[in-house]
Amino acid sequence: MSEPAIRARRVAKYFGDFPALREVDLDVRPGRVLALLGRNGAGKTTLLRILAGLSAPSAGEVSFPAADAGNRERHGRIGVVSHGAWIYDELTAAENLRFFCGLYGMADPGPVVAAWLARVGLERFRDSRVAEFSRGMRQRLTIARAFLHEPDILLLDEPWTALDDRATQLLSALLDQARREGRSAVICSHQLREAFEIADEVALLHRGRLVFRGEIDASLRAHPQSLYERLP
Amino acid sequence: MKRFLAHVRIVALKDLRCEFRDRQVLNAAISFALVVLLMFSFTFDPNTNVEVRSLSAGLLWVVYLFAGVLVLNRGFARETANDCLDALVAAPLSGDALFLGKTISSCALILAVELISLPVFGIFFDSNWLPHFGRLLPVLALGSWSFAAVGTTFGAITANNRLRELMLPLLLFPVCLPALVACMSVTWGIFDPTAVTEIGPWLRLLIGFDIIYTLLGVMVMDTLLKAA
Repeated sequence: MSEPAIRARRVAKYFGDFPALREVDLDVRPGRVLALLGRNGAGKTTLLRILAGLSAPSAGEVSFPAADAGNRERHGRIGVVSHGAWIYDELTAAENLRFFCGLYGMADPGPVVAAWLARVGLERFRDSRVAEFSRGMRQRLTIARAFLHEPDILLLDEPWTALDDRATQLLSALLDQARREGRSAVICSHQLREAFEIADEVALLHRGRLVFRGEIDASLRAHPQSLYERLP
Repeated sequence: MKRFLAHVRIVALKDLRCEFRDRQVLNAAISFALVVLLMFSFTFDPNTNVEVRSLSAGLLWVVYLFAGVLVLNRGFARETANDCLDALVAAPLSGDALFLGKTISSCALILAVELISLPVFGIFFDSNWLPHFGRLLPVLALGSWSFAAVGTTFGAITANNRLRELMLPLLLFPVCLPALVACMSVTWGIFDPTAVTEIGPWLRLLIGFDIIYTLLGVMVMDTLLKAA
């Protein structure tokens, strides 16, 4: 069996005395999409930030064995869609993407930027400042920013926020393509139906503990809310 | 090394592009510098008080430091909007490249404020700075770099602090005091060579200050970003 793309072992996070995560073990294999679900305050975003290297765990460790074997720089192989858009309001859409291409060491950003702007339907707005964008347009640019360096691991926190039907389909297509290319994704969301449509597996967090982990079957897809029946 | 330099350039250009897009900081800092120079010129009238001439270099650098704080406050504040600081931490960007990129952009903006307000200083304080400009420019550049290097380091510390506009000057002013005194002394020596006969030691102090605080910023930035 191949090495996992993401491996978290006994990961815990405390904010003062409050345990946001308690001994979470999680493996995500290459080419798999994991839906990380749970009620508000379950610890989803905290876990995602630890996986992204934005927050250090209080205990435990996170590794990326499959990508380590490929010898790629850790930061360069992760793409993140977070609550914040991670884009600059003062810059145009194209300038934002060019900046991130530069950070990820992409030699010829011009065609990549043009292709991604076209892909997320923002080519007409390439020279418009992001400050003038609607929330949905910003989210589409955020998706382009997260995917443009072709990361091995995608960490998406509420990625469907403010997306219309077309953009939702686009995100599903991008995740599907990523999966076919052997890349992995972890998606945090409250939107169970969308998450179950795209994900292969589900992990349910409750008060910082991983209480359920399994494949998404037809019955779960038909009745997404039944997932919460597994809560203790 | 090539990638490091590319990252420094990308960060510096991004910050300058953002600033020149809305010119918020530049306009505010220049206006502030001009207003304070005007107030100083009324408070310390150089036409009636000869002593003021000897103070003028000091007043000029105090104005530059105060105006510089406005520029430095914005350096990391820009990264907190839309959580862009997270994007920089998640990217393969080293802390030292980020530090140098931000210090270069802040230094350029502070230098721009200084160069624009210098002629106004000349008018208000009846100072003929133009013949000395060639010697003055390196001092302005070194002084700007010292404020930018210290300000960028402390800017990373105060980035997520709600009182960062207050915290940054509280941290910056005492640390920058040696650089400020050196800048004042060298500038005074350039304006009036009889007053300060030896500017060499002050210049060496300023260069040493810049080197020390640049190295410090380079060394601690990764740690500061993780803590932020």
